[in-house]
Amino acid sequence: MSPRFTPKVVTANALLEGDVVYLTADDCWSRQHAEAELIEDEAHAQIRLLDAQAQRQVVVGAYLAEAKAGPRGPEPVHFREAFRTRGPSNYRHGKQEDPSHV
Amino acid sequence: MYKYTDFDEAFVRERVAQFSQQVARRIDGSLTEDEFRPLRLMNGLYLQLHAYMLRVAIPYGSLNSRQMRQLAYIADTWDKGYGHFTTRQNIQYNWPKLSDVPAMLAALADVQMHAIQTSGNTIRNVTADHFAGAAADEIDDPRPIAELLRQWSTDHPEFQFLPRKFKIAITGSPNDRAVTKAHDIGLRMVRNADGAAGFEVIVGGGLGRTPLIGHVVRAFLPQADLLPYVEAVLSVYNLLGRRDNKYKARIKITLHETGAAELTRMIEERFAELRVAYDGADQRLLAGIRAAFSRPVYKTAPTDAHYTAQVNDPDYRAWADTNLVAHRNADYAIVQVSLKAHGQTPGDATSGQMRVLADLAETFGHDELRISHEQNVILPQVHKGDLPAVHAALKAAGLATANIGLISDIIACPGMDYCSLATARSIPVAQEIALRFQELDLEHEIGPMKIKISGCINACGHHHVGHIGILGLDRAGVENYQITLGGDATETAAIGEKAGPGFSYDDVVPALERLIRAYLSLRLEPAETFLLAFRRLGPAPFRAALYPEERDRDAA
Ligand code: SF4
Repeated sequence: MSPRFTPKVVTANALLEGDVVYLTADDCWSRQHAEAELIEDEAHAQIRLLDAQAQRQVVVGAYLAEAKAGPRGPEPVHFREAFRTRGPSNYRHGKQEDPSHV
Repeated sequence: MYKYTDFDEAFVRERVAQFSQQVARRIDGSLTEDEFRPLRLMNGLYLQLHAYMLRVAIPYGSLNSRQMRQLAYIADTWDKGYGHFTTRQNIQYNWPKLSDVPAMLAALADVQMHAIQTSGNTIRNVTADHFAGAAADEIDDPRPIAELLRQWSTDHPEFQFLPRKFKIAITGSPNDRAVTKAHDIGLRMVRNADGAAGFEVIVGGGLGRTPLIGHVVRAFLPQADLLPYVEAVLSVYNLLGRRDNKYKARIKITLHETGAAELTRMIEERFAELRVAYDGADQRLLAGIRAAFSRPVYKTAPTDAHYTAQVNDPDYRAWADTNLVAHRNADYAIVQVSLKAHGQTPGDATSGQMRVLADLAETFGHDELRISHEQNVILPQVHKGDLPAVHAALKAAGLATANIGLISDIIACPGMDYCSLATARSIPVAQEIALRFQELDLEHEIGPMKIKISGCINACGHHHVGHIGILGLDRAGVENYQITLGGDATETAAIGEKAGPGFSYDDVVPALERLIRAYLSLRLEPAETFLLAFRRLGPAPFRAALYPEERDRDAA
C-alpha cells in the first residue's frame, strides 16, 4: 500500500436514472456510499476504475472519489461528494427522499 | 404567437424520432457514452449531479397557456411535479429518466416546443426582453426578429460546430432588460436621426471566466439588414474563433485578440458579400412571422376595480407597487409574477402553479406568458380592471409575493444542489438572504436591489452584473463565497468589482447584512439606490462594512 495514496471509492451515475452509485467490493453498484469498496491502494484503484468503466450499459462517468473509513463504512471527504450521497438541499429529493436510505 | 409551419413541425418530429432511436441504442449498448453524449447534448439532455436534466428552450421567453399546461403535465408525468426557470429563459427538469426523455420530447413537440440547441457549441435559444410586445417604452416588438433568428439558427449547417456556444439577446426598448451587453451578440433597437427603427449591434459581451461588456460594432443597422449582418458576425467568428482552448473560444476573446477595429472591418466585409446574396427571402419570411405577432385586440372596460383595490387592500397595494409595470395601453398593465417567495428556490414553479398561470393567461391575459431572465413569470397583457382577480388567484397559489426588484428577488443558478460543474451551492444562500431580510423587515426600505448568485465561474447566475454579486467557490474543500459590488445588467451595464476575500457559507449572509446596513446609513436619501450610492462613494465604505477586522486593524 502506497503511503501517500488517499483512499478512494469508485462512483458513477446509473445509466437509466442518473442516480449516484458506488462500486462495491463484490462488483455490484450500490446507491449508498457506505456500501462502497474503500480502495486503499493506487494500483487497485486504477483496476477497479477500469472495471467500472467497462460496465458502460450500467453506469456513466465513473471516477475515483476521495473517501475515508467511518463506523458504518466509507464516508465522503469532499462536500461535493457528501451532497451526492444525499441529493439537493432545497427539497428532500434524490436519495434522501427514499425512506429505505435515510 | 408564432405557429410552426409544416417544415418546423416535420423537423422537430424527425428530431424526436432520431433521438428516440439514439436513446434505445444507448440503452441496448450499441452506442457508448462517448458516442451518445454529443447526441444527447444536441437535444438538451445533461447528466447532472444526482440525475439527468432536460433543458427545454422557451424561445425568446414566450409561452401560451397550452404550452404552459404542457410543461406542467411533463413535470407531473416524468419529473417531480415542478420545473426550474433559468436565466436563459429555459425551463429545466431536474429528474427525468433516460428512457422517458423521448416521450418528454414528443410531448413538447405536441405544443411546438423542443430542447434543440439548448446545449453544445451552437447558437442557443435567443433571449428577449420579457416585456416584449407590451412595454410602454418599446419602439417595436423584437420577437418577430427573434423568431426569424430562431428559424435561421436552428440546425443551420454552418453553425453547428462553432468554436463555443453562442448567445444572442434582443430588445426593442431603449431600457435594456435583456442584458444585451453581456451576450455574444446583443441587439438593441434604436432610432436613427430620421426616426427609423434599427438595431445597435453589440458584440463580444459575456460573463463567465472573463466577464466583458460588449463592444458596439454597428451603432445603427437597418432592420432589413439584420439577418445578413448577424450571419456575417457568426461567419467571421466561426473562422477566427479559437478551437484550441475552450477558455479562449468565445467571441469576446476573439474580439480582444483580433482587435475591435479589425473584427469590425472583417464583419463589414463579410456583410457586404452576404447582403447581396440575400435576395429578400428573409424579408418575405419576416413579413409572415410579423403577422403572427400582431397585437392583441385590447378591450375597453372600466379600470376602477384596480384603483379601488389599491385603496382598500394593503396587500394588493404592495403587490401593485412592486409587481406591476407600465403597459403601452394605459388601461393595461404588465404583471410580474414572482417565483421568489421568501425561502423558496428562485425560479421554481410547481405544476399546480404553472396551471394557475396558464389559466390566468387564458382568462385575463390574451393567452400570453413570458419567462424573464430574472427567473420570474410575466403576464404581459392584463386589463387593469382584471388585476384584482388576477392578484387573488395568484395569492391562492402562493404566487403573489410582492418583491419584484427587491432584495429577495434574487437570481440564483442551480449551483451544487444540481449542477455537475458547480463549485458551491447557490440556492440555499438565496433562500437564507430572502428569509433574513424578511425577518428584519428591511426589504422595502432598502429599495431596488439586484442580488445575483452563481455556483461557479461560469456565471449562469449573472453575478458579475448584480448590484451585489455572489460567486460560490471551492476553497481547499470548503464552500467560499466571493462578493462583487456595483454590477449592472441594464443599458448602463457594468461588471461588479471584487470586494475582497471570500466568506464561508455561514458568514456570507451576515456579511451581506453588514453591507446593506452600511448602505442604509450612507445613502443621501431613500431614492439613492444601492447602485447609485456605490457609484457616488466607490467601494471603500462598503469594503469597510464587509471586513470590519481590517478597519479595526488599520485604526490600531
Ligand atoms: S454558474 Fe456554474 S454552478 Fe451555476 S448553473 Fe452555471 S455552471 Fe452550474
